[in-house]
Amino acid sequence: MITRRSILAALSAVAILSAGGVAHAQDKVYIPLISKGFQHQFWQAVKAGADKAATEFKVEVTFEGPDNETQVDKQIDMLSAALAKSPQAIGFAALDTQAATPLLKQAQDAKIPVIAFDSGVDSDIPLTTATTDNVAAAALAADKMAELIGGKGKVALVVHDQTSRTGIDRRDGFVNRMKEKHPDIEIVDIQYGGGDQLQSTEIAKAILAANSDLKGFFGANEGSAIGVVNAVRETGAKGVTVIGYDSGAAQKQAIKDGVMAGAITQNPVGIGYETVKAAVMAIKGEELPKTIDTGFFWYDKTNMDSPEISAVLYD
Amino acid sequence: MTMIVQSEVKKRTSSGVHQKLLAFASLIIMLVFFSLASSNFLQTSNIIGILQATSVNGVLAVGVTLVIITGGIDLSVGTLMTFTAVIAGVVLTYLGMPLLFGIVAAIGAGAFCGFISGTLVARMKVPPFIATLGMMLILKGTSLVISGTKPIYFNNTPGFSQISTGSLIGQVFPFLPIPNGVLILFVVATVVAFILNRTALGRYTFALGSNEEAARLSGVDTDFWKICVYSLSGGICGVAGLIIASRLNSAQPALGLGYELDAIAAVVIGGTSLAGGRGSILGTIIGAFIMSVLLNGLRIMSVAQEWQTIVTGLIIILAVYADMVRRQRT
Repeated sequence: MITRRSILAALSAVAILSAGGVAHAQDKVYIPLISKGFQHQFWQAVKAGADKAATEFKVEVTFEGPDNETQVDKQIDMLSAALAKSPQAIGFAALDTQAATPLLKQAQDAKIPVIAFDSGVDSDIPLTTATTDNVAAAALAADKMAELIGGKGKVALVVHDQTSRTGIDRRDGFVNRMKEKHPDIEIVDIQYGGGDQLQSTEIAKAILAANSDLKGFFGANEGSAIGVVNAVRETGAKGVTVIGYDSGAAQKQAIKDGVMAGAITQNPVGIGYETVKAAVMAIKGEELPKTIDTGFFWYDKTNMDSPEISAVLYD
Repeated sequence: MTMIVQSEVKKRTSSGVHQKLLAFASLIIMLVFFSLASSNFLQTSNIIGILQATSVNGVLAVGVTLVIITGGIDLSVGTLMTFTAVIAGVVLTYLGMPLLFGIVAAIGAGAFCGFISGTLVARMKVPPFIATLGMMLILKGTSLVISGTKPIYFNNTPGFSQISTGSLIGQVFPFLPIPNGVLILFVVATVVAFILNRTALGRYTFALGSNEEAARLSGVDTDFWKICVYSLSGGICGVAGLIIASRLNSAQPALGLGYELDAIAAVVIGGTSLAGGRGSILGTIIGAFIMSVLLNGLRIMSVAQEWQTIVTGLIIILAVYADMVRRQRT
């Protein structure tokens, strides 16, 4: 009886697996991309860019990333499984470079070219890095903020986290520019919401409650920015200039509605596309520049429908 | 009364054998399936990758198995693991003390936090779910505070990365470069299985889960033993903290949230009842391997990530359902 049921259970397991399974084409050039995230719209846009390049260059691309940017060990497991498939090249956005170093060395020894993307890999193993200059991008946000609030007043930040490279760069890029160029602007609070919309909303509401004279609010990634927008909407706060980061349908709508003044956008589709393109070039043995700047843009109500900007915004 | 408790334990452990067989059969079938599906699956480097991916979750799952057998739950194991890793980082990197102190401090800190959880649950009667949920958050925050919200690297302690990534087995048998982290998992599992099946602490662990009131009435100091179980589980989390920190060569202070659910899933797949009083370490180890083999196999087959998550969820439900059906009939 036990045996019959075990067989039954096992068979159903196999059935489920085969249903979800996809045969792996061995003859095509295979390039796995291990990213820092997956379900977030930003990463899906990177994936879309990678898929676009995959079709164009006729290569097979897979895209994986951990649930959130703290799961360093899970990312290492993904990289390990990707290497086991003996790919021709690999795209990687490290959560922690040191933790990944043994596996990257393994890739180097196996002569698998590594292309870094987004926040990149802090080592000399990757041939190139396709990335946004986050410090410069956040500094642009600070300049725009200063311009919009007239060069003085209280400003607060909601940032996604205080340990990741992008979190640190965007926070410091914004804060340092304020200190250097706009001394009359006071940064009253910096809080971290994990990029979670709800958590960021609560944080932003608390900051608004504590600072009734707040002039400006910067949300350092999509989730943080939407949190700030929600908080301004829910509390009905007046006279707060909100600046966001990245895009997504909710943020675009907030800019159209006038709740958000504008935002910085990276070029996620370009990041994914350039990563795969660089990988293909590396396989062919072509020269690559040290970094591939995929660019960033300021967008607001006036230019968001222009072809140049709308091409890099995602829903 | 003690005899009743003992015979009850015997009955319960023997009924667990079938569940282990079932789980083990599923594991074997999975291995065969993935080997056939992709030639990349059954190569040494990938098998080692699977073993390494299991070591942390496996050790955590062994620790939480003990607590679950008492009828409790421990939601703090993931962040406790991180906390002990940060403690090791403070002792080794910030204070520059020798390796042994770091190891003792991590395990000691784990046991101490387990002691606090145990005291909250046993003496202050806070429900385990709430007590350990609170501990989970306290430890997450404390890790961030102590570390200054930055990863602590172990570059000044050269031997540290060997704890998990070195291979003692590989030194003896060069064709079997099994990482030490995996060796530690099996040592921890063996020791805990011994404690559970051969010592007073083990007997009382089952007794607490099957009928705490009966155990108390028969003169067992249930509060004391419960605190012991939580402390032991905490110490085991300290071992997991050392393995993960060694593997990443750093203590990552923000990591750990969500890892408790992976550990609990491994325990449940392995046939341990969330109601308490029934369970085994062997089952938990098999459960942990089922989870990591499944995930690795799906990745090797290039299954899209959203589908990987769905399949993992289905397998967890299927495993527990199969166990329930079996138990209703016997």
